[in-house]
Order: sequence, then structure tokens, then C-alpha cells
Amino acid sequence: MQIVFFAILTVITLGAALMVVTSRNLLHSALWLIASFFGIAGVFILLQAEFLAVVQVLIYIGAIAMLIIFAIMLTRRIMDPQQPRFNSQWGLVGGFAALLFVGLAAVVTRVAWPVAAGEVPVDAIAQLGADFVGVYAVPFEIASVLLVVAMIGAIIIARDRE
Amino acid sequence: MVPLTWYLLLAAALFCIGLFGVLARKNAVAVLMGVELMLNAVNINLIAFWRYTGLNQLVGQAFAVFVITVAAAEAAVGVALFISIYRQRNTVDVEALDEMKG
Repeated sequence: MQIVFFAILTVITLGAALMVVTSRNLLHSALWLIASFFGIAGVFILLQAEFLAVVQVLIYIGAIAMLIIFAIMLTRRIMDPQQPRFNSQWGLVGGFAALLFVGLAAVVTRVAWPVAAGEVPVDAIAQLGADFVGVYAVPFEIASVLLVVAMIGAIIIARDRE
Repeated sequence: MVPLTWYLLLAAALFCIGLFGVLARKNAVAVLMGVELMLNAVNINLIAFWRYTGLNQLVGQAFAVFVITVAAAEAAVGVALFISIYRQRNTVDVEALDEMKG
């Protein structure tokens, strides 16, 4: 049964991702990106990381995808004719990406991963919270400083210069 | 249960699709979308490895949360840059923004 769900989520995620990178209309690309993010949230639920799935929907779809749609709206040229999607090197890049996937797949399927069967701890979210203020307190604080710096930087960069 | 390698193949495919998007598209916002796809592929990898090999600790999930945080910060600054560039040059075509070339 899990295999059926995995197959459905794979089709959604990869299909939407392909539409993102090949869509002519940029806004359609952004909407396909949202579909791909939903597929990835489903994959997280399948992996029993429910908190990550909710964070994925909240942050990636609720904030980052919205930001990208804003960017598309604000950088649109009014008299824009149908622009070509790809730049001059797309054939080479397509070949390289396919080659990279073949290489990664060859490596990934040949390594004997130390798979350990087990059950997800019942209080995983509580443990994660305790870890964030315990073991990972320093990266947590650095991440919050990074967010403040990014926010200030974005405001200054995009500010109207009168 | 689905074998671990299937998740890793899904993440690898998503990464390569994102890579194609970054290197082959003309519009800068489309490049940003490719970058987000690559970061999501990394997250799938992290959570898959947490689930299958590292269940006694939560470093996989914590790392994934940090990746999402950094992706959000980078998307914000990137979009601010696009808007600023658009104000100056009226374009976000990556082939037209080649002031540092040669």
C-alpha cells in the first residue's frame, strides 16, 4: 500500500517539477512549483516526519512560493511578447543533468546503506523541540540571526530610492 | 515498506530537474524556482536517511528545518535583488545581465 502512495507522490512531485522548468508561462511555473511542494510534503508524511510536512507547507508554500509569485508579478514587462524559455545552452545542460542523474542513480543503488529497522519515537516533536534549545541551540540562534539579517538586507535592497 | 533507495532516486531526479531549471532558463525568477527544487531534493534525502538509518536521534529533522530556514532567507534576498535589478534595467533576463562578463 505504501508503494502505491509512493508511486502517486513521485508522479506528482516529478511531473510538477518537470512542468516548472519547461513551462512557457512563468506564473504557471510558480503554480506547478506549489504542486511539487505539496507532493514533497506528502513524501514527508510517508516518511513519518509529520512536523516537517507541516513546516514544508507553511514555509515553502505559504511563504517562499508566495514570494516567488510576488516577484513574478513585480518583474513583468507590460508589452512582453512570448519570450523564449531557455537560454542558449539548454541542450548541453539537459544532457549533463541526465548524465548526472544516471551517475547518482548508479551510486545510490550500489551502496549498502546501513538501514536499521525501527519505530519512530512517539514524542518525536517534543524531542525535536528539546533538541533545538539544547543540542542545536547555537545553530538555532545563528539561524534566527540569519533571518533578521536577510530581512533587513531584503528591505534595504528593494527599498525605493528617492 | 518502500526501500530507502527509491527515496534517494526520487531526490536525485528532483535535484537534476532543478539543476536543469537553474542552468537552462532565461528568467531569473525561474532560476530561483530551480534552486528551490534542488533544496527540496536535499530535504527529501535528509528525512529519508533519518527515517531509515538514524531514528534514535533527530539530527535529520533538525538539519532539514535549518535547510528550509536558509532557503527562505535566500529566497527573500534573491527576490529583493530581482526587484532592484528590474527597477534599474527593466529586465530580469539572465542573458541581458552580463555587466561582469569578460
